[in-house]
Amino acid sequence: MLQVSIYRFNPETDAEPGMQEFQVDTGGKDVMVLDVLEQIKAEQDSTVTYRRSCREGVCGSDGLNINGKNGLACITPLSEAVRGNKLVIRPLPGLPVIRDLVVDMGLFYQQYEKVQPFLQNNTPAPAIERLQSPEEREKLDGLYECILCACCSTSCPSFWWNPDRFIGPAGLLQAYRFLADSRDTATEERLAKLDDPFSVFRCHGIQNCVNVCPKGLNPTRAIGHIRNMLLSRAA
Amino acid sequence: MVTAVTSLGRSGLSDWLLQRVSAVVLLAYFILIGWVVASGIDYVGWQALFATAWMRVFTLLAVLSLAAHAWIGMWSVLTDYLTERLMGTKGNVLRIGLQLCISLLLFIYVIWGVQILWGN
Ligand code: SF4
Ligand code: SF4
Repeated sequence: MLQVSIYRFNPETDAEPGMQEFQVDTGGKDVMVLDVLEQIKAEQDSTVTYRRSCREGVCGSDGLNINGKNGLACITPLSEAVRGNKLVIRPLPGLPVIRDLVVDMGLFYQQYEKVQPFLQNNTPAPAIERLQSPEEREKLDGLYECILCACCSTSCPSFWWNPDRFIGPAGLLQAYRFLADSRDTATEERLAKLDDPFSVFRCHGIQNCVNVCPKGLNPTRAIGHIRNMLLSRAA
Repeated sequence: MVTAVTSLGRSGLSDWLLQRVSAVVLLAYFILIGWVVASGIDYVGWQALFATAWMRVFTLLAVLSLAAHAWIGMWSVLTDYLTERLMGTKGNVLRIGLQLCISLLLFIYVIWGVQILWGN
């Protein structure tokens, strides 16, 4: 029997959040954390609330804090997460809880919106696509794969303290994705918006973001590239 | 763009750069002092060392670096933990009060340092 402890909070009935204990029989199989949640919801308590959709690590909706580490419940196997037969599941840290494991992602999206995550190019559109060389295209690898699950930003202490001013690893990874794109011509405007003490420079290189990203991306490296671009722009 | 009027250089980049440069200056200074002390020095030698113009200038540079480094570092810490978001208006009052105390203290250190170096 697996000991599962789940963060519960219903704003309509509870004055305070609390942890609820469950015993789950996984039949000795190494299932994913999401399967355990589904089993609890189906067999023990149908009010346990969480987000999930694709259940294969593509939609980014079931980012949770699993035994202290942020990750996607659907692609985190018990063998990786469970310590001493115990599984503790909490919502992503740092964001307001709406109910149980569901957080309000508003602040996270606001920061994403700030970096204008879309291609900007004022030159006349050619008759065909704007072409890129294979080398130019390669620069976007490790950037475009982000699924906006928020595992990184909600594991970053700098984002916990200043989620309204620090863009956070996810937003900055996307900022760099467009700074690095050969087809984007708004580089200068983008950089000008980032050169304040909070947006980029609140990153202290703690690398929690790299540690948790379920897609294996490296926001810290992207942040370093942005910093270098700001540096050469000023020099 | 997030505005921040109380940061040292206003721009994130200049603060970041200054923080690194001042760290290198401080490291170099303390390595020098450590080396001087480790290689055995008496009062006369110490006096002679600080009588030279380069040592005084280097020391002043180190004091200024310390002030800049401390200002930027403390500003970061205060704007992380003592904010309106976390504590309401109390956060602002506390943070600005502490910032004033820190800047006053650093100012005193710099003047005091100059007095030690060039005074009698
Ligand atoms: S490296 Fe920067 S963005 Fe990533 S967790 Fe650390 S402070 Fe946050
Ligand atoms: S960088 Fe990784 S952890 Fe962060 S939002 Fe994107 S996919 Fe999620």
